[in-house]
Amino acid sequence: MALEVKDIIKPENLVYAKTKLLTERMLHYCPGCTHGVVNKLIAEVIDELNIQEDTIGVTPVGCSVLLYNYIEIDWHEAAHGRAPAVGTGIKRLRPEKYVFTYQGDGDLAAIGTAETIHACNRGENMLMVFINNGIYGMTGGQMAPTTLEGMKASTCPFGRDVEHDGNPLNMTSIVATLPGTCYVTRQAAHTAPAVRKLKKALRKAFENQKDKKGTSFIEVVATCSSGWKMNPVQSNKWMEANMFPIYPLGDIKDV
Amino acid sequence: MAKVRGAIVVDTVTCKGCSLCVESCPTDVIRLAAEVNAKGYNYAYMENPEACIGCANCAMVCPDSCITVYKVKVAEAV
Ligand SMILES: Cc1ncc(C[n+]2csc(CCOP(=O)(O)OP(=O)(O)O)c2C)c(N)n1
Ligand code: SF4
Ligand code: SF4
Repeated sequence: MALEVKDIIKPENLVYAKTKLLTERMLHYCPGCTHGVVNKLIAEVIDELNIQEDTIGVTPVGCSVLLYNYIEIDWHEAAHGRAPAVGTGIKRLRPEKYVFTYQGDGDLAAIGTAETIHACNRGENMLMVFINNGIYGMTGGQMAPTTLEGMKASTCPFGRDVEHDGNPLNMTSIVATLPGTCYVTRQAAHTAPAVRKLKKALRKAFENQKDKKGTSFIEVVATCSSGWKMNPVQSNKWMEANMFPIYPLGDIKDV
Repeated sequence: MAKVRGAIVVDTVTCKGCSLCVESCPTDVIRLAAEVNAKGYNYAYMENPEACIGCANCAMVCPDSCITVYKVKVAEAV
């Protein structure tokens, strides 16, 4: 006898549901935005490690500025680019807490370059999550330091010209050279296997804090379909073809 | 033939019709509806429910956590 859908949809057969750490608020991100996937994975990892009461997040300026509305933990909002400095202060005052920062590439790799590098160089015992969509999403798709050569953005409508605009900045490779970082990895969130790997990386990074290992740094190569002017599926394909060769996925450092 | 059967429930209110779940499904279960939700998005639904294996790939990639997944083992039909 054929099994009907209503026979399958029963509490005892549940294998995946939205984590209870995510609030009921609807995410403000555009359809298909990588931010939503990463926000969710952070919530799942905090839930699974059972550290909800002991985790403090620091939100950036950028599309993810409202992240504090979405995960039921303590939060602190930082000025543009200053999340690593704010995270440093929190972690030093409350070393027993799990602290993480969450920043886009405009935030972390442009205005906040100094804070990023010095926090990593000091080896602040926290996690830094870096969402690299190669663009300033929130403000209208301007060129970021991470914008690829030839990639179009609203401030380089003919594509980034390295003669004029400089080369794409690879922050993750830079921070991997610093003695303060213990775990540096570049991940993505566009396919189910990529999501599972990213989740493992996030879990490991939170666990590194317990072991007082230093700074864990996770870049997520991401899309911004609104800024890139493609649909979410096309954006993922474009990312695979164009972003991954310049920002290759995998662990760069793990000590 | 199938040893497992799955099913998904999509929150059609919060779905943004991004189609990432459609792309991630290994057995081609999901489509976007012709109708739109209150926000104007063509929400996802199970077009081929018999093909669902409950792998949760769709739920993993959904940025808006709209998908709940169920799975059962079924006796092999001979
Ligand atoms: C001090 C300061 N300078 C500039 C801005 C304007 N601003 C807001 S968001 C943003 C860039 C955001 O881009 P990114 O960090 O890549 O995040 P995304 O929106 O792409 O997620 C800028 C320049 C600001 N809010 N504050
Ligand atoms: S503008 Fe880009 S980064 Fe911002 S929410 Fe939309 S897709 Fe995401
Ligand atoms: S991935 Fe989520 S938001 Fe996107 S179409 Fe599927 S159910 Fe809707």
